[in-house]
Amino acid sequence: MSAQVLTYIFVGLTFGLYIAIAIWSRSGSTKDFYVAGGHVHPLANGAATAADWMSAASYLSMAGIIAFEGADGARYLMGWTGGYVLLALCLAPYLRKFAKFTVPDFVGDRYYSQTARLVAVLCVVFISFTYIAGQMRGVGIVFSRFLEVDIDMGVGIGMGIVFFYAVLGGMKGITYTQVAQYCVLIFAYLVPAIYISLMLTNVPLPMLGFGSTVNDGSGIFLLEKLDGLTQELGMAAFTEGKKSTVDMFFITAALMAGTAGLPHVIVRFFTVPSVRDARISAGYALVFIALLYTTAPAVAAFARLNIIDALNETEYQALPEWFSKWEDSGLLAWVDKNEDGKLQYRGGAALEPAKPIFSGERGVSGERLVSNEVGASANELYIDRDIIVLAHPEIAQLPNWVVALVAAGGLAAALSTAAGLLLVISSAISHDLLKNTLARNLTETQELRWARVSAAVAILIAGLFGIYPPGFVAEVVAFAFGLAAASFFPVILLGIFSTRMNKEAAISGMLSGLVLTTSYIVYFKFMAPELNHAEHWWFGISPEGIGTLGMLLNFAVALVVMRVTPPPPEAVVDMVRAIRIPKQAA
Amino acid sequence: MSQEDQQQADTEAGRTPVEDLASKTLDEIGHQAYWRANVRTLLSLLLVWFLVSFGCGILWVDALNAYSFFGWKLGFWFSQQGAIYTFVILIFVYVFQMNALDRRFNVDEDR
Repeated sequence: MSAQVLTYIFVGLTFGLYIAIAIWSRSGSTKDFYVAGGHVHPLANGAATAADWMSAASYLSMAGIIAFEGADGARYLMGWTGGYVLLALCLAPYLRKFAKFTVPDFVGDRYYSQTARLVAVLCVVFISFTYIAGQMRGVGIVFSRFLEVDIDMGVGIGMGIVFFYAVLGGMKGITYTQVAQYCVLIFAYLVPAIYISLMLTNVPLPMLGFGSTVNDGSGIFLLEKLDGLTQELGMAAFTEGKKSTVDMFFITAALMAGTAGLPHVIVRFFTVPSVRDARISAGYALVFIALLYTTAPAVAAFARLNIIDALNETEYQALPEWFSKWEDSGLLAWVDKNEDGKLQYRGGAALEPAKPIFSGERGVSGERLVSNEVGASANELYIDRDIIVLAHPEIAQLPNWVVALVAAGGLAAALSTAAGLLLVISSAISHDLLKNTLARNLTETQELRWARVSAAVAILIAGLFGIYPPGFVAEVVAFAFGLAAASFFPVILLGIFSTRMNKEAAISGMLSGLVLTTSYIVYFKFMAPELNHAEHWWFGISPEGIGTLGMLLNFAVALVVMRVTPPPPEAVVDMVRAIRIPKQAA
Repeated sequence: MSQEDQQQADTEAGRTPVEDLASKTLDEIGHQAYWRANVRTLLSLLLVWFLVSFGCGILWVDALNAYSFFGWKLGFWFSQQGAIYTFVILIFVYVFQMNALDRRFNVDEDR
């Protein structure tokens, strides 16, 4: 059977499964809808958290980024998993004991302020929407490439599925679908990785395979071979980083603190029965996450090696079939700079600007011509990093069913994260904005209806983001973490670990962190992008890492302000004492 | 508010029987000791967390890359594999230590 037919079958089967689960686990109350009734088994919550956490970026993009950046890609590996440790140790158990529905709930109650609650609602909605836009783009890419339907149509189908189980099932539906989605996505990620690891090194486990010798009889280590090849072609050696130490440090820290503050992951811990369960389910979740995160760098190294092998010094007509398919989708391009009819893959950017602008004509060899300036380097290949995971099974010539499986896995990763985010947006609106602020006399049934309506509206907006992606989304997504680090993380952390922390300190801290981070990013990304180089940055910190500085400023301002302003009311201090102790008060 | 303030406030409100006050204070002392032990556990785990990621994975990565570890340079291995394995172990150590702490201070949840 062809890969396309198999993809239809796999995607159809998995979608059918998600719908069946949604029907089986409908929500009857707001508690079901917001926190799945609060009695999800920790193991199930671990799998659901892993699927929630691992987005299209983890599944589709991360290995691709590492494949081309080598050692520098570690900032994502350590940043995202290390942030999870912060969340599991410093936030999750206490927020579970707090036992309300949402993150704005905590901020509003802890800082006894409706303003703080509203600011938190705004931050949650902003972070969640920027994040969702990325998921929808992932859904679109998978559909357009593998099912050869329009991107718009693909986004529409994805919206329909999420609509069904998020609106019907709420958190309960989402939780059990996420468990299924985790199984699909990890299976789909590991199978091709194991295949390729066996092909290149004879070692079945990819996380060990990429530290082993290649099986071409030369007896050298795979990474040595890759370092040699990349340097030979005038690229940076794979295992050497190009980023400065200070920048790596700050970016990693921003990613860590930012991930720890992600609202859709925090709410997952509200769904388990006890503090003890919250702790252990965090452990299960990290095991599930680590399976993918330790495989990703291996996939990256394998892919880089396979791409050099398959493409470099090959004539256009002799290139494998996948090349022209991805070329048609605009994610690959070749410019025959030296007019020898062969593709030269070298260091440096092939095009100027980097993304290809196709002129609509074909060149002598049949390639799609671009109207970009050609860069100064000898490199003739443009390759979009997002395609690595999707294209790798074809690059390594794996059987069709593996190719189809990867598509189903990519959809599972994008849809599970999108659903979690939608739920956070809907509960922020129906619970925090309506029930707790604007319409306090809402009945349970009305609140549930509003939760469903706002979930439905949020899905429509998210879908529009997928169909008409605003140009700035890609820029913004990378910085959502920095903003979360500079705003939420210090406020939640101090709210738990300091009884003296008060409203004034929280608001001034958040504001100063946000202002510093936002203005630095806006300055270098939008106002003066031509100055966006290390020599103009403060202390060599790129806009990607400025969230860490914003976070430090937030902490500093909060610690000073809370010493010169009145302490929080006694009831709040009691609440903080209570969330520190697992045992329920008698 | 400190304990003395608390007692003061309670006395002023004139609503706390003496026995209740005593038991409450005992409980509070226990809770404070529990919290200090909790924070100590956290800090020691976070120290390891910092050393493997920011230390071995970033600050000392070049120095560690001079050594090889199977087919990896050591620093590279820490930043792309070792740190993550350590994180997993850290969370399970945390779960184990905290559950023990809960039992020791008698603050674990009822089943």
